[in-house]
Amino acid sequence: MTGLLSSQIVQTVVLGAALLGAISGMLGAFAVLRRQSLLGDALSHAALPGVCLGFLVAGGRDLGAVMAGAFLTGALAALSMMLIVRRTRLKTDAALGIVLSVYFAAGIVALTYVQASTGAASAGLSGFLFGQAAAILRGDLVVMATIGAAALALVLGLWKEFKLVSFDPGFARAQGLPVTVLEAALTVMVALAIVIGLQLVGVVLMVALLIAPAAAARQWTGTLGPMVALSSAIGAAAGAGGALISAGTRGLATGPVVVLIATAAVLVSLLFAPRRGVIAQAITARRARLRLGDDRVLAALQGLARSHDDPAYPAEQRMLETALGTRASPGQFAALERRGLIRPVQHPPETTPHWELTRAGHTEAETRADARATDRGRP
Amino acid sequence: MIAAFFDSITAMIVLTGALVGASAALLGTFLVLRGNAMLTDAISHSVVFGIVVVWMLTGVLSGPVQLIGAAVAGVLTVVLSELLARSRLVRMDAAIGLVFPALFAAGVILISVNAREVHIDVDTVLLGEIGFVWLDTVTLGGVRVPVAVATLAAVLAVNLIFVVALWKELKLATFDPGLAAALGLLPGALHYGLLGLTSVTAVAAFDAVGAILFIAFVIVPPATAFLLTRRLWWMVVLAMVLAVAAAAAGYALAVQWNVSIGGMMASMTGVWFALALVLAPERGLIAQGRQHRGARLDHDCRALVVHLLSHQDTPDAAEENTLRALTDHLRWPEARARATILRALDRGLIIRQGRLLALRPKGIAEAQSQFDRQSDRAAQDTPAR
Repeated sequence: MTGLLSSQIVQTVVLGAALLGAISGMLGAFAVLRRQSLLGDALSHAALPGVCLGFLVAGGRDLGAVMAGAFLTGALAALSMMLIVRRTRLKTDAALGIVLSVYFAAGIVALTYVQASTGAASAGLSGFLFGQAAAILRGDLVVMATIGAAALALVLGLWKEFKLVSFDPGFARAQGLPVTVLEAALTVMVALAIVIGLQLVGVVLMVALLIAPAAAARQWTGTLGPMVALSSAIGAAAGAGGALISAGTRGLATGPVVVLIATAAVLVSLLFAPRRGVIAQAITARRARLRLGDDRVLAALQGLARSHDDPAYPAEQRMLETALGTRASPGQFAALERRGLIRPVQHPPETTPHWELTRAGHTEAETRADARATDRGRP
Repeated sequence: MIAAFFDSITAMIVLTGALVGASAALLGTFLVLRGNAMLTDAISHSVVFGIVVVWMLTGVLSGPVQLIGAAVAGVLTVVLSELLARSRLVRMDAAIGLVFPALFAAGVILISVNAREVHIDVDTVLLGEIGFVWLDTVTLGGVRVPVAVATLAAVLAVNLIFVVALWKELKLATFDPGLAAALGLLPGALHYGLLGLTSVTAVAAFDAVGAILFIAFVIVPPATAFLLTRRLWWMVVLAMVLAVAAAAAGYALAVQWNVSIGGMMASMTGVWFALALVLAPERGLIAQGRQHRGARLDHDCRALVVHLLSHQDTPDAAEENTLRALTDHLRWPEARARATILRALDRGLIIRQGRLLALRPKGIAEAQSQFDRQSDRAAQDTPAR
């Protein structure tokens, strides 16, 4: 592995892949928050005819021309989307599907045309379908870094505006912000992220590089700044990891590997993220359930004590369980006893277990009842 | 004669494309109307994963086992996406965009790893090999028929039976899922039935047109038909006809220009859509523009007759009820004023008397009704005591 890393070609590829992943992750965060994940899918497929066009115009694999072409058809696709949604009664998802499949079909036609007419010169072209990080050249890094820096500058410069438009476009409009322009700018930046990422993951799987890092980052934080930063980091890690693995394995396209790494990051986040994660949620739910069970036992004991005018009224365990409608978990009474809230008592001539509230138990029961009343009073 | 038809390579390629188009558009009509179009995107991608996994388990690349097995992967994508969205951790659009690329990526990697044993390569996944469907044949009733044609014909028959038998249920579940559920029609079961059949069709179409071009046949012809009609059965028929026409025209152009046949067929569905978008008789862009212009002219006509009526029989009528007054007093551009006068003349609202514009009875009635509406509104605005 260290031998692999020291090679200059591999360094370029890994650096480029990390850069691409970071930019896609950063811009993808906004796409996910604005519920435009599938727009990313449509635009990335729509980049294919542009790639072929750039190839045809430049007469070879020139990154600048290819990117310009991809951006052009991506923008055209976004405009077509807008036209269909505004001027017909077709739903957004149908408009997405139309743009995605028709532009991609045109791209396939263009691809076969270029391959037939230019022969061997178009060898690098199919790399744009599934990504080929190994094809990244040192000169390409400069182009990517420039576009990436421009996107970063725009995001930082318009941070407040983008934030408002992403979360509450209605309020943003009321504040007098040019919402349409800002939304267009964000869509253009998604298109830019796609254009940059094509090298790494290809048009078909590009959507995953936009969505997955952002979806993973979202689980760990509820604040936009850290989310964008984390999303970039995950994108960079997935890009670099995918590039390394595919560079070390013959015939393995980069895109699928990057996508699987990013998806793994999502899975881990969904499961293990604090608070939002599936496991954390299960623990919270279990705690709440146990607590509720305890509250009901204490409240029932206190109710019995009050109605019998006897703070130390001994209640039979089975009777409590029947009254509460469920069998209490086996350790519940023991746990309450350990907390010093109830204590076991004998109630001759009966031999079954009985419980009474301790002084601390009475206090706890009242505190919890007050807390519940406050909760109920909340809007 | 029949054998000659099935021996013709051209006929078989076009027939394959037509069968893909017809069976896809048939189901696509309902998917588009229900707002599930992008689920097709997810399904057709994940089917690739299903095909590779079934191949690794059973060693077959086609046939009923492959059809069903791979279709399960398609439905699984939808179920997984919906589960993920229901957990509220990610939204539905992101959930779709997370699940299918992952399965598709896994499928592509499995193909790359097993590249030596399996004769599907990564390009086939995208493009299909419709040009070679005639190579693989099966003998049915003494006639050699391409396997793809036989499979697709069977799938089309199943789809047709499904749609015809459940027509009423599908219609209701599509337009009023609430009522369908209340009547006990199990819209959920229909939903998965529809998506299951879409997956089966995607697997059957996979060899011919590949994973992504299939989406074009599912979504685009029904969307085109949607622009042309309001009737469901007519939309279904139109969508299937458009898909078949795209297959035929696409083949001809692909041969002409020496480009991908499947790609050209799918592109033609886009051409039909663009044509319908611009030219559709009632809802096309041109018709919309004409309606918009007509509505604006009628509005100006109303303003004109009101203007004429309020100055009629007054001393300044000679000055006010002329073309000059419209451009000088109402500040209408000359072209707009002339167009409005022509429209009002055509509709028999006014008549020219030299330079003077005079109201005809119809014009007086029109202007009067505007005044009446105005006073009605004023009466409504005044609070009743």
